[in-house]
Amino acid sequence: MTSAQPVVLAEGVHKSFGLNEVLRGIDLQVLPREVFCLIGPSGSGKSTFLRCINHLEKINAGRLWVDGELVGYRQKGDRLYELKDSEVALKRRDIGMVFQRFNLFPHMTALGNVMEAPVQVKKQTKAVARERALRLLDRVGLADKVDSYPAQLSGGQQQRVAIARALAMEPKLMLFDEPTSALDPELVGEVLDVMRGLAEDGMTMIVVTHEMGFAREVGDALVFMDGGVVVESGHPREVLTNPRHERTRAFLSKVL
Amino acid sequence: MAPSFDKGSAGGPPAEPGPQVPVAPGAGPVPIKAIPVPHYGRWIAAVAVIAVLALIGIAFSNADINYGVIPDYLFSDAILEGVKNTVVITVLSMVLGLVLGVMFAVMRLSENPVTSTVAWLYIWFFRGTPVLVQLLLWYNLALIFPTFDIGFYSEPMTELMTPFLAALLGLGINEGAYMAEIVRAGIQSVDEGQTEASQALGMSGSLTMRRIVLPQAMRVIIPPTGNEFINMLKTSSLASVITYEEVMRKSQDIYSRNLATMELLFVASIWYLFLTSVFSVGQYYLERHYAKGSQRELPPTVFRKIRATVFSVRRPAVQR
Repeated sequence: MTSAQPVVLAEGVHKSFGLNEVLRGIDLQVLPREVFCLIGPSGSGKSTFLRCINHLEKINAGRLWVDGELVGYRQKGDRLYELKDSEVALKRRDIGMVFQRFNLFPHMTALGNVMEAPVQVKKQTKAVARERALRLLDRVGLADKVDSYPAQLSGGQQQRVAIARALAMEPKLMLFDEPTSALDPELVGEVLDVMRGLAEDGMTMIVVTHEMGFAREVGDALVFMDGGVVVESGHPREVLTNPRHERTRAFLSKVL
Repeated sequence: MAPSFDKGSAGGPPAEPGPQVPVAPGAGPVPIKAIPVPHYGRWIAAVAVIAVLALIGIAFSNADINYGVIPDYLFSDAILEGVKNTVVITVLSMVLGLVLGVMFAVMRLSENPVTSTVAWLYIWFFRGTPVLVQLLLWYNLALIFPTFDIGFYSEPMTELMTPFLAALLGLGINEGAYMAEIVRAGIQSVDEGQTEASQALGMSGSLTMRRIVLPQAMRVIIPPTGNEFINMLKTSSLASVITYEEVMRKSQDIYSRNLATMELLFVASIWYLFLTSVFSVGQYYLERHYAKGSQRELPPTVFRKIRATVFSVRRPAVQR
């Protein structure tokens, strides 16, 4: 065990949708300032696991902690109490999420997207939120696109706005759900560059990705999932170049 | 996507087909000269339509109608008062319908089984009975509840339930049931990713509904709501039955005295046509407003559209 408290700690996390068991006991931990990559074939449960972390999905069994606190529940003695929606919302403020399909608010400009949560949720004044939003948009290289609507932006630009929107809440942890999978190949780089910058600034990140190059260069830890379980984990360079498990080897031979 | 393809294929430098590149004279593309397909059908249809219109015109000019009465009454004080009341009851009923519609749509979609059942019952009852019956029910409420009494306030029901209030409740609450279904369809049309993104940012359910979902649902809600509005303009004529003095009632009052029945029904029709036309234009601009963000460019205003249509009638110059 390392001395630092893990940002995310999972013990035997199970999740099923009806009879379909998607996660069958996930154990892992994510340390502060770590870039933690989740790879695996589609349907392996990696996105579902990511969504459990901010309680977009409810887990059926096991325990999941973020920052030392249970996700979605409060424990008193040996009893669990479900958290109220407002309490869940409060915890989500500290966890940014970036989606595969961007999910920008189409009726707001780039600036409006980034300002929305700080103004409405954190009750920042418009002037403060605006100034911060402009700085964030500048940081993701979109200073000239602040007044554009999402439909007027390319996929890569939209995803960079989405990252700025998540960062505006000053999260302690960022979740990336296949952030480049919906992008044209030539637009992938601009998004990965922003993510690389975030990693250098010390943001704790969990990244579900098919970009093995990014995982190898930027990742601090990597987990290969298949069939709802962790098949293999370790340092990205180690796992990607020297997979121990047959299943990992088969997967990597197809994607690399 | 298009951009990547363009960049890939436009490898060579002279690929730019701009006019600035001087080419040997006459080497440009040769325009196609072809004889257009003859549209005989259009000519036949036009002749047939003109013939039918002429027949209808002749019939009406020989009919026993005193056309002179129409302009006399079109702008008479009584009719104008009726038009005003029609607009008032339509707008207020629609506002009531919209408020109730949004409320019950949200209730219907709520996870709370009590509220969703209540909403279901509301829609079931008020959509399932004719609006004429509902108007009469409200108007005659005094028959079963002679006094309106809520402890600190009481009044004889006949005083309270004026034709106006009965019309407003009858039309508005009925409309609310239809609007609830329209709003529900609008809310459900918004991508679930929008709700997830809002939740992930720590937004509450009500905030998400108000700031993210409803504004986007508006695009789906507005066209049928405009339709409902135009319907309401016409349905409000049913309030004449409960003696609400809208344009239909006023026309009836006049023709029961002067017996110019058809002439005054024409007067009412002219006003209904005028009102629905005006509101159709308003609806277009409203839709344009909520198209913001969904399209790269806003659709043209009505004026520009008309201008474009007029200009496009002129055939493009045929190249010789």
